[in-house]
Amino acid sequence: MTATDPGVRRLPTQEITTATDTREILANARRDTERYGLDDYLIVDVDSHHVELDSWPEILTYLDSPVLRDTAQQMMRNWPQASHLALHNHPPGLTMQDVSGRIPHQASLAEETPGTTSGADRDVTLVRRAMDAMSIDLQVVFPQPMLETGLHPQPEVATALLQAYNRWFTAEVLPREPRIRTMLGLPFENPDACLATIEEFGDTPGVIGFLVTSQRHAGVHRNAYMPVYRELERRGLPIGFHAGPNQADSMTSTMNRFLSAHSMSFVTCNMTHMTNWVVNGIPERFPGLKTIWIESGLAWLPFMMQRLDHEYYMRSSDAPLLTRPPSHYIREMYYTSQPMEWTDDKLLAATLEAIDAENSLMYSSDWPHWDFDVPGRIAALPFVSEHGKRNILGETARKVFELGEV
Amino acid sequence: MTTTERLVDVGASQDVPERGRLVVEITTGTGAVTLGVFRFGGRLYAWENRCAHQGGPACQGRIVHRVTERLDDEQRSLGLRFDEDTMHVVCPWHGFEYDVVTGRHPGRPDLALRAFEVSEEGGRIRVAV
Repeated sequence: MTATDPGVRRLPTQEITTATDTREILANARRDTERYGLDDYLIVDVDSHHVELDSWPEILTYLDSPVLRDTAQQMMRNWPQASHLALHNHPPGLTMQDVSGRIPHQASLAEETPGTTSGADRDVTLVRRAMDAMSIDLQVVFPQPMLETGLHPQPEVATALLQAYNRWFTAEVLPREPRIRTMLGLPFENPDACLATIEEFGDTPGVIGFLVTSQRHAGVHRNAYMPVYRELERRGLPIGFHAGPNQADSMTSTMNRFLSAHSMSFVTCNMTHMTNWVVNGIPERFPGLKTIWIESGLAWLPFMMQRLDHEYYMRSSDAPLLTRPPSHYIREMYYTSQPMEWTDDKLLAATLEAIDAENSLMYSSDWPHWDFDVPGRIAALPFVSEHGKRNILGETARKVFELGEV
Repeated sequence: MTTTERLVDVGASQDVPERGRLVVEITTGTGAVTLGVFRFGGRLYAWENRCAHQGGPACQGRIVHRVTERLDDEQRSLGLRFDEDTMHVVCPWHGFEYDVVTGRHPGRPDLALRAFEVSEEGGRIRVAV
């Protein structure tokens, strides 16, 4: 035989790069869909991302202040690298995320999107491709570098950027695709602006909650935030704490590798906020406020439950609002699944049991980040019941976000 | 090769140059399998295009040397270098690296790609599937 067998097809893409179509990158996810019958599940992805900097010039036109708009325009015009970064506090370490080109989709989804008319239109196309490839019914979409907005050196600029982004996203992205939902970022440095944000967008179709970007140094228990939590509770809208990386805080600045800083800082920010949240009795003050901890993985939670309980039993006078051990409150909050630490089945099973995962955990892909999880990760868990898998993949999200029929 | 396998001609020898690859889908009687054929040190290796982690297209990722860290006699780091005597392929989904000679992850060898027998004769490459 001197010719290629007729049953052999050479793949048109021999190497996946930033230019490869999302549907081709994720083609292998289809195997999970068939193996686990995922088309038969409601799958709600509670944490995914689009690249807002790709549309940055469009977003900046939504800035309210003529002065800031002018600043942004001058930056974009005069600074050679600022056309998609003006006014932004993009941390340089973020460009280490793709492991030196080993994980191309983290760096850029630079694929063709014929016929798209704007950055928003293109983003919606990319989101649809990812949802379809992973059999996802609804996807909660967040920005990416704006998750660092709590570290912006000028809080009033951060507030203005969040307002502009929120207006752009609700005007340009959400109306294009009903399968896209979001929790909009709160300008947390300014509690009054938080309330104004909830007032402006709380009834917007597709807005299913609000978000605190967790890389920040605000104590979430400060009295100034109580009206914000009360308003969210009154409206029945969940609050989410979305983790992010930081290679420049007092401890991570000792770290010489992105792996180290990412492993720690994506968790310690939420550990800090959860500690303040529980010890100061926020769940006692607002028992109807649904609280979601996003993108810190799960392995931190048994530590938090044991550590806080251990200290609470000896120092209950430090947490006088609590009527129960801290772990009881932690067990009643909600969590997104990614990045689900999977390397030890026994530890993972114990973690899921500790947090009552079958009723508290919500699947998240975190696509297109370098540590994303496909829905098959949940479907493959050997120690979760069929009912529990359905809850994690979509039914708990349906309940938490009051999604109704999807 | 077991009695249920057959040899499939997947391409010509020049389709897989040194440190190169050929990724093909092969339709069999029971379905389809996608695999990558790699050449390193003059030898061919064939692995299923399915990462041991989450099933990603491992054979379609970046080909790169293994990264090592040199130490001096006092155990001080002298920095990172590429080991040019290795050839890794990296799953583009999450960065899992596999040595194309062993098909194994460098730090956790039980995470491995599924191997296929590959042979080369008369300028043609054949894989047993």
